Amino acid sequence: MSAQKDRWVSSFSFLLFCVSSIPTRGSARLLQELSPQEYFGSLQAGRASLAYFSHNGMYLTIENSAEALQDYGISVVKVICPKEDVSRYCGKENALRKAYLFRGNMLIREFPTDALFDVNSIVANVLFALLFNEVKYVETLADLQNIENALKGRSNMVFAYVPAIGTAEHRAVMEAAFVYGTVHQFVLTTEATLLKDTGYPDVSSARLLFCHCQRATDLAQPCRRTAMGQALTMLNIHKHLKLMGAPLVTEVAEDPEKVSTVHLQLGLPLVFILSQKETYEADRRTAEFVAWQLLGKAGVALLSRYALRCFGGVPIKYLVLEDTDEVITLVEDKSKVEQIQEDEEEEEEEEEDEDEKENNNQVSRDKKRELPLEQILVLTEETFHSALLETARMVVLFYASWEAVSLAVLRSYTEVADHLKGTRGVLLSRVNCWDWPGVCTEENVTQFPTIKIYEKGERSVMYNGMWGTEELTSFIMLKIGTSFPSELSSYHHTSLLGVFSTATTREAFEEAGSILSGHVTMGMYFEDDALTLSRKYAVSPPAFLLARSGGQSVEGITLSKQNTQDMVQMIRYELLDIFPEITVQNLPRYLQLRKPFLIVFSDGDIGQIESKEMLKLTKGRPQQEFVACWLNLKKTPVGRGVLKAYFATMPSLPVLIWVNFHAGGQVFKFPSEQSITELNILSWLEKLKAGLEVPSTLSEEDWKPPLPAYDFLQMMETATPDPGGDTTTQEEPSQETKAEKIGSPGRDLRGTAPRLAAREKQGKRHSEL
Amino acid sequence: MAPAVCGMLLGLTLYTGHLCAVSAAAFLYHDYCVIGAGPSGLQAAYFLQRAGRDYVIFERSHAPGSFFALYPRHRKLISINKRYTGKSNSEFNLRHDWNSLLSHDRRLLFRRYSRDFFPDADAMVRYLEDFASLLKLRVQYNTAIVHVMLEKDRQAWNGHYFLLTDQDRQNYKCSSLLVATGTWVPNVVNFPGSEYVEGYETVSINPEDFAGQTVLILGRGNSAFETAENILGVTNFIHMVSRSRVRLSWATHYVGDLRAINNGLLDTYQLKSLDGLLEGDLEDLAIVKDKKGKLHITLRFYLENRNTSGGIDSITLPQDELDNFATRAPYDRVIRCLGWKFDFSIYNRSLRMMPGKGNKKKYPQIKPSYESRGTRGLFVLGTASHSVDFRKSAGGFIHGFRYTTRAVHRLLENRHHGVPWPSTVYPITQLTNSIIKRVNEASGLYQMFSVLADIILLRENATAFEYLEEYPVGVLAELEMQTGRKAPSGLFVIIMEYGRNFSGADKDVFYYNRAVGEAQHAWQSNFLHPVIYFYKHLPTEREMRLQHPDWPLPRPDAVHHIVEDFLTDWTAPNAHILPLRRFLENCLSTDLRNFFAESCFLFAFTHQKLPPFCRQGYMRLQGLVGSEGLRRHAVEAGLLEDYTLTDFLGDRTPDNHKGSQDRLLRDHMIPVRPLQHLVNAKDEL
Repeated sequence: MSAQKDRWVSSFSFLLFCVSSIPTRGSARLLQELSPQEYFGSLQAGRASLAYFSHNGMYLTIENSAEALQDYGISVVKVICPKEDVSRYCGKENALRKAYLFRGNMLIREFPTDALFDVNSIVANVLFALLFNEVKYVETLADLQNIENALKGRSNMVFAYVPAIGTAEHRAVMEAAFVYGTVHQFVLTTEATLLKDTGYPDVSSARLLFCHCQRATDLAQPCRRTAMGQALTMLNIHKHLKLMGAPLVTEVAEDPEKVSTVHLQLGLPLVFILSQKETYEADRRTAEFVAWQLLGKAGVALLSRYALRCFGGVPIKYLVLEDTDEVITLVEDKSKVEQIQEDEEEEEEEEEDEDEKENNNQVSRDKKRELPLEQILVLTEETFHSALLETARMVVLFYASWEAVSLAVLRSYTEVADHLKGTRGVLLSRVNCWDWPGVCTEENVTQFPTIKIYEKGERSVMYNGMWGTEELTSFIMLKIGTSFPSELSSYHHTSLLGVFSTATTREAFEEAGSILSGHVTMGMYFEDDALTLSRKYAVSPPAFLLARSGGQSVEGITLSKQNTQDMVQMIRYELLDIFPEITVQNLPRYLQLRKPFLIVFSDGDIGQIESKEMLKLTKGRPQQEFVACWLNLKKTPVGRGVLKAYFATMPSLPVLIWVNFHAGGQVFKFPSEQSITELNILSWLEKLKAGLEVPSTLSEEDWKPPLPAYDFLQMMETATPDPGGDTTTQEEPSQETKAEKIGSPGRDLRGTAPRLAAREKQGKRHSEL
Repeated sequence: MAPAVCGMLLGLTLYTGHLCAVSAAAFLYHDYCVIGAGPSGLQAAYFLQRAGRDYVIFERSHAPGSFFALYPRHRKLISINKRYTGKSNSEFNLRHDWNSLLSHDRRLLFRRYSRDFFPDADAMVRYLEDFASLLKLRVQYNTAIVHVMLEKDRQAWNGHYFLLTDQDRQNYKCSSLLVATGTWVPNVVNFPGSEYVEGYETVSINPEDFAGQTVLILGRGNSAFETAENILGVTNFIHMVSRSRVRLSWATHYVGDLRAINNGLLDTYQLKSLDGLLEGDLEDLAIVKDKKGKLHITLRFYLENRNTSGGIDSITLPQDELDNFATRAPYDRVIRCLGWKFDFSIYNRSLRMMPGKGNKKKYPQIKPSYESRGTRGLFVLGTASHSVDFRKSAGGFIHGFRYTTRAVHRLLENRHHGVPWPSTVYPITQLTNSIIKRVNEASGLYQMFSVLADIILLRENATAFEYLEEYPVGVLAELEMQTGRKAPSGLFVIIMEYGRNFSGADKDVFYYNRAVGEAQHAWQSNFLHPVIYFYKHLPTEREMRLQHPDWPLPRPDAVHHIVEDFLTDWTAPNAHILPLRRFLENCLSTDLRNFFAESCFLFAFTHQKLPPFCRQGYMRLQGLVGSEGLRRHAVEAGLLEDYTLTDFLGDRTPDNHKGSQDRLLRDHMIPVRPLQHLVNAKDEL
């Protein structure tokens, strides 16, 4: 599947490349800087260019768009006006706030620079101006109908509605028009009422309709329309137009396995309708009917019966056609799953379920492939105790060889062993509790997997962190106090220094240290050193100094708690960042605060402005009732899944969201048209509090069993009726039908074993016995 | 140490002896008295000693295991001593070690005492001696308890003390009495001429003594066949008479029935090599000796009707009327091999030690908790306790009663010392694992199938559970009282079962398709397999009484069978673990799947509630991050969603969605049978 995707993507980029190869003149810089004379002298007929005039090296967003516009043969030029120049473009003060679009030396349009606020708007506006003929702008239904009628029988129409000019959707439509403008007539509108009139009441998002006017013959009837289901992006539009351009029904006479249509290339299903010579005409009509229903969702092919030989390993489902609706529901159900969030969860379950199985399968595969386990010492009942004595520090993984989670962890463990290869003073080992239950019971291992670190002559410590390679490695490294291997240099650690003048709280601090060991580096100062330090950092002992990971500053915090548990709690709290990047690994730590999240989803690193504003927001208010944080979608791609669950389509990034996990589960989206500033956020939060915004809510669903189990009780009772009951008179269904009937809900427990031949005979034999 | 104790005991004895002259009320007191230092007595002593209890064993012989010093006469034990299983799991290996007692000392494994698969009884004697001495069990040898009576006392644990008297009139007083005397009184039948019958206890074991003789053996148990086996090669022929047909252990799945190792006579009978088996009631029999010393079989009926003075010639023999009477040939010897029964004679009537009914009359009547029906505080251990599972499970044999003895000890610890039944509390995510672990290795469940069960007590909201091992299933209703544990929100009972109707003396256990391979037909499994019962509430006494006779337990709210396995290895992910997990999920109405941390992260952001695995793992910072390779593989297989890729095309490729639409499809695929050979191989289970 992904190969097909790739193929398609590459063909598309090839197309773009053809377009873009025209204008390149070998200049290394996309943005040219010319003097007015040079510029006007270089203008070629038919070539479009976007120019802005400037007296100095002022930077404008336009420069960013140079690359994008170059793809369409439009050069972006910065014209440096000499100081004394008072010509038409350089002279006037307000001309300097505009950009000019030329074709040849003809001025087509001037744009105020504030209309060109980002790359999307520049590309959209420039193309809109250039493709004046190809893209008709309409405002009323009558205009639309006129164009439609004119096109009937000649060519097809692409009708797009965008809520505003200069948006990403607008750009996508314009870019599509650039490529397809000569094939189809493009019509654009921003009028919400017009879209409503065409029968689409939801005007909040952009929409694109393909109108099949070429085939239309009846002037009185509007052309048949196929709406595009996905968000308006260039790729989606391209895909949609490609599908619309494909033949309605493909006739196939060859091996269906070898058939390749646009649909298959785009990863869409292809419905084969088997046909015979005698019924060809009727079948063809059926196929066309189905094809119209499925247009844009699936392809339809008419397959001559006699050509059918065998379908090798392709997972093809047969359906006896009783009603064409069945085909349509089948295909549409599939695509629904992708759109409806609820369903997505369900499906996630399905997959995870497989996932567990997969872990196991993985294992069985591993059995053949052999994990590189030679770094890890295998311990047995006999060798366990002696091995512990021989090594300064021994890390032991207790696991069960049949258990899926254990085996997943074992994989990470081998990676840890790899990281720690050659590290002195620590040895990694494992005990398979399925082979040696005695050791595991003795060591109080009640769960699989368990990792313990034994120090010679000291008590053992149970590892209680995430089961990941990085976390485990860093834990072990901190435990043994060695510097980190270079692969993990990104994994920073916080150091904590206790400053004490008396011995009272010191013991508690030491105990806290042993609880937190492996997570934080801890140290302690007392007496004279303590005095110096407390003066330096302006804290009075007992206190602790905190050097955050990667940070330069050291914070001094007074230790107000006396007992160990409270101290651990306090240290854990202090270890949390004020504006953290949320990752899969650290989310639970912040959730433990049981506060709502104010979270920025950012594609890549968070922007400096957002970061600054958010910090401002948090720093001023130490006792915040929410957690301000952000998420890097590049680093934590699952964040996209979160956004997709919140909004049917991906919102434009960065996006600020308020999630209240604990009470009510409301989710609010910060309005995208506002910029993320402290003030805006605060006023928005006020609005939320006042209940002025309508939230969406997190699913409240319970985690129910994903699939039913076999109801053996019922099977047994039907097979051997209760002697007390009156079920004896009731005629029993035969074993076979029972098995089928009952077996079907749990059919997903599939592939357990090949079906026993003559099952029903056995059933009879049972009753004879 | 030992001599000092002896000295002290002696001193005490002298002291009490002196008192005895004045009043007979002076006794040596112990909390627990165990009668008999055989395997079960020693096993009980081991647990009492480990728990630090005040106990003593009385043994009439000078050494432990006196029964094994004599029996079996031909010295070959028929309990297997499997030294190799290919596994190192010590608990699992006990499943195939039928001779060892339970202890923490690895020196006390029977395979260190014998290399034979069917070991010599002398090895057992040595083993029991070592067991008593290495573990320093307190055994008082040469003390035969000849009388047991009760002394009412409100202060006593059970409202009375047990007063024991030995052969020297020494008295002992105990709060609890554990009877581990086994069954050692030979069964005899009385009929005219039974004085000519030799007993198994004394019969010669030298085959030469039987050369050229014709022998009749009474009985058809293992001792009878063992005796026959020994002389099969030198006799003219052997006939064997018993009331009912022979029962073969491989057909009945009961180790006490005739074992294949002893069944040479079946061979020679069926191949018409002169030996033979007969059925008939021994009570109707009579034996007449003729002048040449030959023994003739006749019927009691004829003897009763004859005139008194006649002598041998006047006695009617069956062949006089029925000239082809089967046992018309005279015998040189008649040997009685009718087994043993419990010694009821030492108990005072007030203890009401009653023999069981029907074929259990050789055993005393006890409850499923092994406590006497007549006397509170008297527990019967070992072979004598076999009435609980006679002809069903292994409670009459070392490999079975070592576990029931432990169960009794645990009951006593709870009852008298407030030590609840040992249990482990696990988070609910470990539910499937803990069951799979136990059904794969537990020996007590495996040997004492349908008698001992593991119990899972669910905590409120099903977030955690408590695991109790090897509880006697017959007293399930009394669980809370007997174990000191609470069952507030339902429970699972895990036992092992053979298929109903599969075992029996007359059953064909080799029929085609006897083995089930598919999880969905697991309830039809014939061979020993784990069964899990789910109850929303603890069954009541009444429900226990009214249970279906074919069921070991009352009707559950749901039941699950793990399909039988040729290798008894129930760790197959798809056939064993997955259906089990589904069953547990549906009983608890929750989702017990394991999730990667990334999925938990997504759930945390999109759901108000989390599945248990995320709640108890990820949210406590113990998420399963998964190695890079594993995640990549999961993504490739379409199991985890790769969001970087998905976003590129805007939506997902639809080919992973199998689900509701499947019901729309009628599958017309031609079934393939690629594993036909394996299917057939299953018949060899």
